[in-house]
Amino acid sequence: MSAVTAEHGHDDHHDDHAHGPEKGWLRWIITTNHKDIGTLYLLFALAMFFVGGAMAMVIRAELFEPGMQFVDPKFFNSMTTMHALVMVFGAVMPAFVGLANWMIPMMIGAPDMALPRMNNMSFWLLVSGVLLLASTLFMEGGAPAGGWTLYPPLVLQTGKALPFAIFSVHLLGISSILGAINIVATILNMRAPAMPLMKMPMFVWTWLITGFLLIAIMPVFAGAVTMLLTDKFFHTSFFDAAGGGDPVLYQHIFWFFGHPEVYVMILPTFGVASTIIPVFARKPLFGYSSMVYATASIAFLSFIVWAHHMFTVGMPIAGELYFMYATMLIAIPTGVKVFNWTATMWKGAMTFETPMLFSIAFVVLFTLGGFTGLMMSVAPVDFQYHDTYFIVAHFHYTLVPASVFILMAAGYFWLPKWTGHMYNEKIGQLHFWLSTISVNILFFPQHFLGLAGMPRRIPDYAIQFADWNMISSIGGFIFGASQLLFLWIVIDTIKGGTGEKVTDEVWEDAHKHGLEWTLPSPVPYHTFSTPPTVIPCDHN
Amino acid sequence: MNDDVSVKNKKLGQKLAIAAIAMFGFGYALVPLYDVLCEWKWIERDRPDAIKAIPETAYTVDVNRNVNVEFMTSLNENTPMVFSSEMPQLQVHPGEYHTVNFYAENKTNKTMVARAIPSFSPALTSTYFEKVECFCFSEQTFAPHEKKTMPMRFVVNPALPADYKTITLSYTFFDNTETAVKK
Repeated sequence: MSAVTAEHGHDDHHDDHAHGPEKGWLRWIITTNHKDIGTLYLLFALAMFFVGGAMAMVIRAELFEPGMQFVDPKFFNSMTTMHALVMVFGAVMPAFVGLANWMIPMMIGAPDMALPRMNNMSFWLLVSGVLLLASTLFMEGGAPAGGWTLYPPLVLQTGKALPFAIFSVHLLGISSILGAINIVATILNMRAPAMPLMKMPMFVWTWLITGFLLIAIMPVFAGAVTMLLTDKFFHTSFFDAAGGGDPVLYQHIFWFFGHPEVYVMILPTFGVASTIIPVFARKPLFGYSSMVYATASIAFLSFIVWAHHMFTVGMPIAGELYFMYATMLIAIPTGVKVFNWTATMWKGAMTFETPMLFSIAFVVLFTLGGFTGLMMSVAPVDFQYHDTYFIVAHFHYTLVPASVFILMAAGYFWLPKWTGHMYNEKIGQLHFWLSTISVNILFFPQHFLGLAGMPRRIPDYAIQFADWNMISSIGGFIFGASQLLFLWIVIDTIKGGTGEKVTDEVWEDAHKHGLEWTLPSPVPYHTFSTPPTVIPCDHN
Repeated sequence: MNDDVSVKNKKLGQKLAIAAIAMFGFGYALVPLYDVLCEWKWIERDRPDAIKAIPETAYTVDVNRNVNVEFMTSLNENTPMVFSSEMPQLQVHPGEYHTVNFYAENKTNKTMVARAIPSFSPALTSTYFEKVECFCFSEQTFAPHEKKTMPMRFVVNPALPADYKTITLSYTFFDNTETAVKK
């Protein structure tokens, strides 16, 4: 099985014997192989990370000094809106779907995903959706500029781009739903018989739960934007006050989707962290079953807290109180996780390779982002924080040094497995330190700006905000530039890296932590055609 | 992959797809659900009570209290009108009746049907703001270039909790000509 070369390059897909990939570029279009599709997702997400990052650079350049410098306010607003949409739907979500494609079959001892052809379709729908979204930048009236939440009535003032943006959301939604269906089916049906649910790796568990979240919420979002579409073009009045509708209804529907959506981005993050930390602590994961229950609790709570995004909308006091206390509850399962990671590291024989460094930074900085979230759950004080840079600082802490850092960690952790080459550890550590220092210079001052009252989504600001904005922008430029190191490392590692031959387990004793480390490096095109009988157990 | 698993995968995939379609329907079901929750006062909402005429009743005027009522006028996107109020704000005593004039003008050469929608801030004050007469109770028809003076007569119910010292009443005119023609 290990000696897979391209010698059987025939086209018979019904043939279960090991054969290599399709020859030529067509391989990447028609592939149904989970590893190929995982690679496509990851590379696409990396490209979109730089596109969304470039938009962030435009935002930070304009905010470097008060006054209007580089772009007009309309374009600035398009940048904030598109930066969010590209990063959420083009970078972070596809990156985790890519990891799921690559890793889940290998982690559960399956030969491929459950529905390989649909897998190919999800990826190309994603590409179509993102291209359609990008095309709105060149349309009359510009790209959507009313914020990624697409609140009416403001979003209805978008020019020619509105229906294209909405159809793009439909495509992205269908792509996510198909991807989620595939992942859930793979996990439930394709596990090696020797792997019961409660022995699955945490990454698989978090994705199983995330998959259900996606199936539940993406259609609701699709419905909400369809209502926007019919309000604008077919005289319905879902959100149109003149016809008896209510714009606040949109906010309820949107956040019914939106709150679980942010957990779609953070739960797989938790899963990867729970995979990496035990390997470098050389201990099993602490509190495995509590991790599973905590993940499930967080997912459940995500459905009943949505209106904490809307404390200022004018809810009755009972509503404010309910959503406040329900939101605070989330801190409990999340705290369980943070303590479990800390306990996993406790008295471990730790080493600090790049993936571990990023994971530790994640634990610390995600906790910080979680604390500001807890602050905002307090309804009366949220009236001050609402729509200021404080919320911007909060969700960037939970997304950048959390989700994005863990995606980086995952890259460093599994690249040697995928490619068979070792990345350059020195450059990796340089990337880590530059990123960690600059991400704090970038986002920490935004807490101060928000508390001082600087609103989000504005291209110009009062001069008392000038100093911290300049510092934040400097941090932003360093952070943006540092990510080019990661790009270099990915390319360099694919091309051969340090030249050091990596072992099958790559990291010392990693084979005790997961099935993927029992496979050869680089991983052959087809793996686990027959399910493994011995499952390494990372816990209990 | 053996055929058994393949059949199982397809079946599960179909079930999950049905769940996704059902959730699309659930999104739409939130619309009537929202109306019900508003009716039960689980969610505070200005309309439709605020758009209903309330018969003039004599309240005891609370001369010791002042409530500042602010008037805002705005136009929905692309509504070709001019719309303003007689005064930006008015000090009233709870229980005291006042009439404020609003002015609107059709800027087009066509007959226009427009509807003014009120909104209160804080939203909870809407229950205590009682209107005897208002142009917002029904759609207004404007002849080409017609100017209208529209009185709004109201009282602030003395039951208004003492915490509220300012009520902002905002009216937005929506151009409903197209929808009105279709009806």
